[in-house]
Amino acid sequence: MTEEKTHHPEPSYLVDTGKYKGLMAWLTSTDHKRIGLMYMYAMMIFFSVGVILGVVMRIELFFPGEQIYGPQMYNGLFTLHGIIMIFTVVIPGLAAVFGNFSMPIMIGAKDVAFPRLNLFSFYLYVLGAAIALSSQFMGNGPPDTGWTFYAPYSIQTHTNVVAAVFGAFVLGFSSILTGLNFIVTMHRMRAPGMTFFKMPLFPWSLYATAWIQVLATPIVGITLLMIIAERWLRIGFFDPALGGDPVLYQHLFWIYSHPAVYIMILPAMGVITEIIPTFAQRRVYGYKAIAISSLAIASVGYFVWAHHMYTSGMSTTARWVFSLLTFLVAVPSAIKVFNWVTTMYKGSISMRPPFLFALGFIFLFMIGGMTGLSLGALATNVHVHDTAYVVAHFHYIVFGGVGFAFFAAIYYWYPKMYGRMYNFKMANWSFVFLFSGFNLLYFPQFIIGIMGMPRRYFDYLPQFTLGQQLSFFGAVLLVIGFVIMLITLFSKKGEKAPDNPWGGRTFEWGVPSPPPVENFEVMPELAENEGPYDYK
Amino acid sequence: MEHRDDIGAKLGMWVFIFTEILLFGGLFLVYAIMRNNYSKEFHEAAHHLNAFIGTINTVVLLLSSATVAMSITAVQKGNNKLAVILLFATLVCAAVFMVNKYFEWGHKIHIGLYPGSDLMMTLSHGQVMFFSLYYFMTGLHMFHLVVGGIILTIVMIKVNSGAINTGKYVLLENGGLYWHLVDLIWIFLFPLLYLIT
Repeated sequence: MTEEKTHHPEPSYLVDTGKYKGLMAWLTSTDHKRIGLMYMYAMMIFFSVGVILGVVMRIELFFPGEQIYGPQMYNGLFTLHGIIMIFTVVIPGLAAVFGNFSMPIMIGAKDVAFPRLNLFSFYLYVLGAAIALSSQFMGNGPPDTGWTFYAPYSIQTHTNVVAAVFGAFVLGFSSILTGLNFIVTMHRMRAPGMTFFKMPLFPWSLYATAWIQVLATPIVGITLLMIIAERWLRIGFFDPALGGDPVLYQHLFWIYSHPAVYIMILPAMGVITEIIPTFAQRRVYGYKAIAISSLAIASVGYFVWAHHMYTSGMSTTARWVFSLLTFLVAVPSAIKVFNWVTTMYKGSISMRPPFLFALGFIFLFMIGGMTGLSLGALATNVHVHDTAYVVAHFHYIVFGGVGFAFFAAIYYWYPKMYGRMYNFKMANWSFVFLFSGFNLLYFPQFIIGIMGMPRRYFDYLPQFTLGQQLSFFGAVLLVIGFVIMLITLFSKKGEKAPDNPWGGRTFEWGVPSPPPVENFEVMPELAENEGPYDYK
Repeated sequence: MEHRDDIGAKLGMWVFIFTEILLFGGLFLVYAIMRNNYSKEFHEAAHHLNAFIGTINTVVLLLSSATVAMSITAVQKGNNKLAVILLFATLVCAAVFMVNKYFEWGHKIHIGLYPGSDLMMTLSHGQVMFFSLYYFMTGLHMFHLVVGGIILTIVMIKVNSGAINTGKYVLLENGGLYWHLVDLIWIFLFPLLYLIT
């Protein structure tokens, strides 16, 4: 009497099935995939704004001396550029977008553990970003402290620091709740048979990230509240004029803000670890080493913060301890790079756009990492502290690393997100422009940094002119590349994507493109002898 | 179909509690550094706090933690009525704590001891630090107490309506966990501010 089961495809998550239609259906959706996409749209907008601010800075720096605006505006610009790029783009970054979109599917779950909390995190993110941006238009002018809000200047300046700081606080809260959600999701909702050591490595990196989000963010939260209290009540925690200790502020700030770098980069590493085995059609080399190195980076990375402060006044003992730990944290990062490259060995590599961007990531991340070591060494740091060398270093990590991994991830999961392919040729061109533009923009900064160009100056000595101008042209190429990428992805509908365009083995490639609302028609399982990356 | 995972919900609460502990952790760190730098001033300033009120509040909070814990057992045993009474007792304790705090802060503000006041400006920096931390830490704690009170009020209404019952009481457990956290933070604040003189 069994009835023949006819196949009724479930509607995709892009189709509105609830009581609302259109925009409202998105804004009220607790579907992790929709929330991921909403984060992505928001971040693209913020990123574009940040890019424009960066270009406006580069225009001013084209010639030495004042060109189109003065130092106060320049200070406001780099502050806003930093706040937007750090707090609204790279910190939530890959975790908020692809952690939401891909991670639950990759571990075989229908959604995250707390879907409503997830939507709440998104709204906190929007609210925090709005508060931070409102600092530009209210009070006594845009903040000019830099995104680090260093005391005592952040206490003494008359600009609207409180709004920016409070915005960062709210954004931090959003980040904490996302991390909490992901930890519980990965503990409780993995598919049957998927032990922790069978979990794909992007979720692994998110797991390590989530713990930093949960354990480091509150420290900066309380520090930012103390800044606000000090500005309102003249307490004197940090401002020496009131008897406070500015170095204490720096410690408290970096206790969060250095681990925050790992909040940014760990998911990026996770994405690269997904892309390389897929496009090399090889089982990932050293699965456990990569998984454990994520945890190692997270835990050692928690204790390296004072390498930002070698010149601020610390005991010699403290300095060499932090320098040693900084060198130690490079080891698990290098393990990952080694494993990525080794995974490609004897693979059947197909040079698709996501893979190109992954290669670009490895190249840029290596430069960023190596220069990070020279900054972590006590003797060299004293010479290049607060120069353009530092600017170049962290852009290589944060943009060359996180940014390129972000682009790679978009190209990788785009077919799954929209059920459409894109034009590979155009995508490759976007890579050529982004990659060459990036290097032309930031590599000269290493050189003029070593020559003595300080960071955060709107003016400079004539000998830095060539370097600054090369950077400008790099910025132009970079913007062109970004525009090409946006056109490639969003200008017209590509052909229909198959469920598994790249031959990936993780669960998200086993479901339709785009996935149905509850992700799976049949809940997936991993058998005893199966792993997440069973290629040849 | 509703997805339900009580262990997951409790795990989430525990992770959130870690976050809260680190939030206060930043303040405890500042306290430790300042106490080290200004031990003499901290010693003098601490005499201005009323250890008697502090002790009463400690007892009151410990009692409230006990009543929350008992309310969970009551619900487990199916006695929702008793649980509501116990939760109400918890809220009464919270209210007593707040009233005490009101008089304590009110008295200090009345004599001009608050951040930014004229009297404060005449004190040494170490004393200013002590009182600033006192207001900051107990203030943040009070904020958490109010949040905890709101959570427990919602929980109490749900216990009363039967939405929380023997088969489904994870919300009560989580509310209780949060309440214990509020209690625990006070257990550290009390000796650091009132007793170590």
